[in-house]
Amino acid sequence: MRQITYVQAFTESLMQVMAEDEDVVVIGEDVGFYGGVFKAFDGLYKTYGERRVVDTPISEMGFLGMGVGAAARGLRPVVDLMFFDFIGVALDQLYNQAAKLKYMFGGDLTVPLTLTTAGGAGLSAGPQHSQSLEAWLAHVPGLKVALPSSAHDVKGLMVGAIRDDNPTVVILNKRMLGTKGPVPEELYAIPFGQANTVRRGTDVTVVAVGRMVPESVTAATELAEAGIDVEVIDVRTVQPLDSSTILDSVRRTNRAVVVHEAVTFGGIGAEIASQIQEEAFDHLDAPVLRIGAPFSPVPFSPVLEKAYIPDSHRIADGVRQLVQRSGA
Amino acid sequence: MTETALEDPVTTVALEVLHDLHRRMIRIRLFEEEAGKLMEGGRMPGFLHLYVGQEAVAAGVMVTLGVDDVITSTHRGHGHAVAKGADLRYMYAELFGKQTGYCKGRGGSMHINDLSIGMLGANGIVGGGIPHAVGAAFASRYKGTDSVAVPFFGDGASNIGAFHESANLAAVMRLPVVFVCENNGYAEFTPQAKHMLLENVADRAASYGMPSEIVDGMDAVAVYLTAKRLVANARAGQGPSMLEAKTYRYYDHQGVKGLRTPYRTQEEIDSWKGRDAITALEQRMIGAELAGADELRKVWDETRHEIVEAIKFGEDSPDPDPADLLDNVYTA
Repeated sequence: MRQITYVQAFTESLMQVMAEDEDVVVIGEDVGFYGGVFKAFDGLYKTYGERRVVDTPISEMGFLGMGVGAAARGLRPVVDLMFFDFIGVALDQLYNQAAKLKYMFGGDLTVPLTLTTAGGAGLSAGPQHSQSLEAWLAHVPGLKVALPSSAHDVKGLMVGAIRDDNPTVVILNKRMLGTKGPVPEELYAIPFGQANTVRRGTDVTVVAVGRMVPESVTAATELAEAGIDVEVIDVRTVQPLDSSTILDSVRRTNRAVVVHEAVTFGGIGAEIASQIQEEAFDHLDAPVLRIGAPFSPVPFSPVLEKAYIPDSHRIADGVRQLVQRSGA
Repeated sequence: MTETALEDPVTTVALEVLHDLHRRMIRIRLFEEEAGKLMEGGRMPGFLHLYVGQEAVAAGVMVTLGVDDVITSTHRGHGHAVAKGADLRYMYAELFGKQTGYCKGRGGSMHINDLSIGMLGANGIVGGGIPHAVGAAFASRYKGTDSVAVPFFGDGASNIGAFHESANLAAVMRLPVVFVCENNGYAEFTPQAKHMLLENVADRAASYGMPSEIVDGMDAVAVYLTAKRLVANARAGQGPSMLEAKTYRYYDHQGVKGLRTPYRTQEEIDSWKGRDAITALEQRMIGAELAGADELRKVWDETRHEIVEAIKFGEDSPDPDPADLLDNVYTA
C-alpha cells in the first residue's frame, strides 16, 4: 500500500469528505489561503474556495460557537483550533454548548461538529503549545474524543468524526505530523469507541493513547527479546472508551500498564486503571501501572522535555517491573 | 414642524401589526406573571428569570421575523420564546420539569427552545448563544436562503468576549445578523454605570464597523419599525447591525421578590412601570381610535384562559422516567 504522512492523511480525509458532502465546511485561523500552520489544510482552499474553507479572525470562542450554530442549522462544520492548548479560550462553546444542546433540546437537535486540533509535546513548543488535555474533554457527557496514533487512523477517525452526528474532537499529535504509514486511497471511516489491538501478546497488556502507541510497540519489540510478550492496545478514542477490548485483554494477560503523554494525575489512565480493577480485579497478578508525564507544565528545554515525555524505555522499564513483581 | 411629523407613528402601522404586537406582549406578560406565582407558591422547581417589563422588545422584533429566521436567547428567555410563537403548554411543562416539556424536563427555564419556529434556545451562559446566531446566519447564507439571525442579549452580556468575537465575526463576514441588545440597566444586581463606561451599548457596534440604532424599548411600535428596517437590510445582504432597546425588568434578576437587596429604588421601578409598554400601546390605539377598550380587554381574557389551560397541561403531565436518564446524551 502507498505510504503517506500523518498530516497528508488528515488533508486527504477532508479533501475526500468535502467532495462527497456539500454540508462539510472548514472554519478556522489560516486554514484557507495559507493552508493551516501545519499545512494540514493544504490545497483545500484551492479546491473548494473561500465559501467552504473559511479563514477567521483570532476568535476561538466566536468561531467555535459559529460552528455550533451552523451545525445546529444543518451543516457539518470542521472547526480547527490549531493548538490544543487554545481550548481554554473557547471551552464554553464546547462543553456547555456543543456537548449539551441535543440533551437540553429534548433530542430534537444534533450538533455534527468536528473540532480538530494538535496536541502533544516534543517540539520545544513550550508550556502553552504542548499540552495533552484529552481527559478534560473525555469527562464531558456529550462529547467524543479521538487521538489518532497513525496516518491510517487519522484518515479513518477524521471521516468517522465528520460523519458522526455528535460533536467530536480529533486531537492530532504534532510530533507525528511527518510520520509515514500505509493509508488506503479510498474513503473509509473508523467508528468512535473501537480500540485497536495493534500487537498481540500474552504476558502484559499495554493500553496506550495517541503517540504512546508507537512508543509502546517499540517497547514491546525490545521486551520480546527478553522473553516478555506484550499486547498493545490503541484506545483510539478516549470517549467513548472501548472498555471491553481492554478488559478482555487484561483477563488474558493478567497484567496492565496504561500509558499516555498527559500528566499521570487525573489522566485518562486513572479512569482506565480504575475500570480494570473494578471489572477484572480477580484476574490481576499485579496492580495496574500508570505511566504518564510528571505533574508539571511541559518544559521548553529539549533536555527537560525529553525527560518529561514518556518513551519506549520508560514503558519497557515499567513492564519489566510489573512482571518481576508478579513473577512471569 | 408639520402636522404629519407630530402624528403618532402608531397610525402609520398596519392595524393587524398593532394587534399582533399587543397580543404577543400580553401572552408574555401573563405567562410570566403566572410562572412567578407558581414559583412563589412552591409549585415549580428551579430558577426563574422573569421578562416582565421588557415585552415590547421581544414582540417588536419578533413581528418582523418569520419561522425560518433564527433567534438565540438568554437566561431571561421566556419572552423571546413566547413572542416567537412557542407553545405555552410545552413551556409550562418544561418549567415543571415534565416529560412533555420542550426539553423533556432536562433543561428547565433557561433552555427552552423550539427548532420548528427558529427558536435556537435560551441559554444559561451569558453570551453563550450569540455565536450560535452568527453560525445560523452563516448556514443561512451558505445554503442560499435569505433568513436572518437575531441574537438577544443584555447590557451585561455586552461585556463578555463571546459578544465581541461574534460581533466582529458577523461584521467581517458580512453575515445577516441583527444583534439585539436589551439594555435593562443592570447586569444581575450591578447597575450599568458600574459595569461599563459607555452610556450606550450601541456605541460598541461602531468598533466593528457595524451600524446601530437606539430605540425606546418600552415602545413596541418604535422597536417594530426599527427592527423591521434592520432585519430588511440584513436580509438584503447589507451585513449585520445592532439594535439597542432601552428597557427595564419589573421583577428581580431571579424570582419575583429576589433577595430584597435594595439595589434599585422604588422610585426608579415606579417610573418605568409608569411607561409600561402594554398600557402605552393600548392608550395609543384607543386614543387614535384604532381599537376599543373592550376589544383589547378581550385579548387579556382569552390569553388568561389559554394560560390556565397551559398550566394545567404542564402540571398534569407525567414526570420523566429515571430509567431514561441517559436519553439524548448522544445520537446513536
